[in-house]
Amino acid sequence: MAQPLNYLKESASQTAGPYVHIGLAPGAAGFDIYRTQLGEDIAGPDAPGERIRVEGVVMDGTGAPVKDVLLEVWQADAAGIYPHAEDPRFADCAPGFRGWGRVITDFDTGLWAFDTVKPGPVMGRNGRMMAPHISFWLVARGINIGLNTRMYFEDEDNSADPVLNLVEQAPRRETLLARKTGPGHYRFDIRLQGDGETVFLDI
Amino acid sequence: MKPAEFYQRDRTSQPPALTPDYKTSVPRSPRLAMLSLQGSMSEITGPTFGHSDIDAIDNDLIRNYAKTGDPVGERIIVHGRVLDENGRGIPNTLVEIWQANAGGRYRHKKDTYLAPIDPNFGGCGRTLTDDQGHYHFRTVKPGAYPWRNWVNNWRPAHIHVSVFGTSFSQRLITQMYFEGDPLIHKCPIVATIPDPRAIDQLIAPLDMNAAIPLDCLAYKFDIILRGRRSTLFENRLEGN
Repeated sequence: MAQPLNYLKESASQTAGPYVHIGLAPGAAGFDIYRTQLGEDIAGPDAPGERIRVEGVVMDGTGAPVKDVLLEVWQADAAGIYPHAEDPRFADCAPGFRGWGRVITDFDTGLWAFDTVKPGPVMGRNGRMMAPHISFWLVARGINIGLNTRMYFEDEDNSADPVLNLVEQAPRRETLLARKTGPGHYRFDIRLQGDGETVFLDI
Repeated sequence: MKPAEFYQRDRTSQPPALTPDYKTSVPRSPRLAMLSLQGSMSEITGPTFGHSDIDAIDNDLIRNYAKTGDPVGERIIVHGRVLDENGRGIPNTLVEIWQANAGGRYRHKKDTYLAPIDPNFGGCGRTLTDDQGHYHFRTVKPGAYPWRNWVNNWRPAHIHVSVFGTSFSQRLITQMYFEGDPLIHKCPIVATIPDPRAIDQLIAPLDMNAAIPLDCLAYKFDIILRGRRSTLFENRLEGN
């Protein structure tokens, strides 16, 4: 018998359930309790860069919208800098840029949208540059553990991106591309299951 | 210097996406394999929060929505630490909770259960851990409630817990259950977790040492987030 390793084990996830808004966005649940609701302002008013709006719908395996999903997004600023001490260029991050947003659906349609600035490219592993992208995390009733994915932009050069190129079936890379629908407007639908199932990431 | 990554998530102690006894997971579970990524800057960073984001009263669910008096129910303290898998406390991280009231009813426009809304109970709280990773809330014990899955499923009393850690890859939502509740092992949502030890880790014990005499009981709930590998710096391991 060897010595015990004595690492602790990550707590098991449990579904966020249908009432996740009470905890994370009480205004959406229908009541006013906190002075500030977190995650509503991703980029702040002073961050430079192209202002964009991203919208979409999360669909289940039958094609129906997941009306009670809650999304969180995390991104670098327009220069590709994360507002986090781990980023070597942290000190140069755009003023007031939070990089993080909490995105709520319209409960009737499942449509969600958020406003931000377009992120810049970010240095990836082994010196390989990653194309501009926004990280997503989805929770909802019926989702046992939060799902991670990334959104890239169809109007950027994604050809050398080390993550997209890891997707073995090239057509599936399309599931990670936001479509440009107008100046500064992008559409990013997420399919949990079935035809066109989005590539989810085990990060 | 290479970025220090996080220990791979142990999927054998986490619930899989498809768990047919929890019916809603059937149409909402991806069927294709996830793409496993080694951590890059996008995964090892994450949002940070400070005391300007929240108010001191936010962690007191007995008072943070009180209108005409205290909410109905068994008064409890819920406290513990947020730790990583190396056993280190995670300081200054945001913990958010939400729960039903003592009758098992949520203050949410989509909840129609016949138990009444408590006019003095919102059902949510948030706080930042201290420099050792400790957190605490004061609340009332939530009630069990029925839900549509099989015709007679009931959720055990539980508090939903959301935690950030220091990176986007540590983000976690889970639920805290209460020691001794016979509904825990009848619940299809609890049963999505394949490892009984991982279920035990979500059951908070009664903690009489933290109870306040003649005032409230207490439960202790530690939350473990993924641990971080040592930084490899000039061929020497740092940290751990």
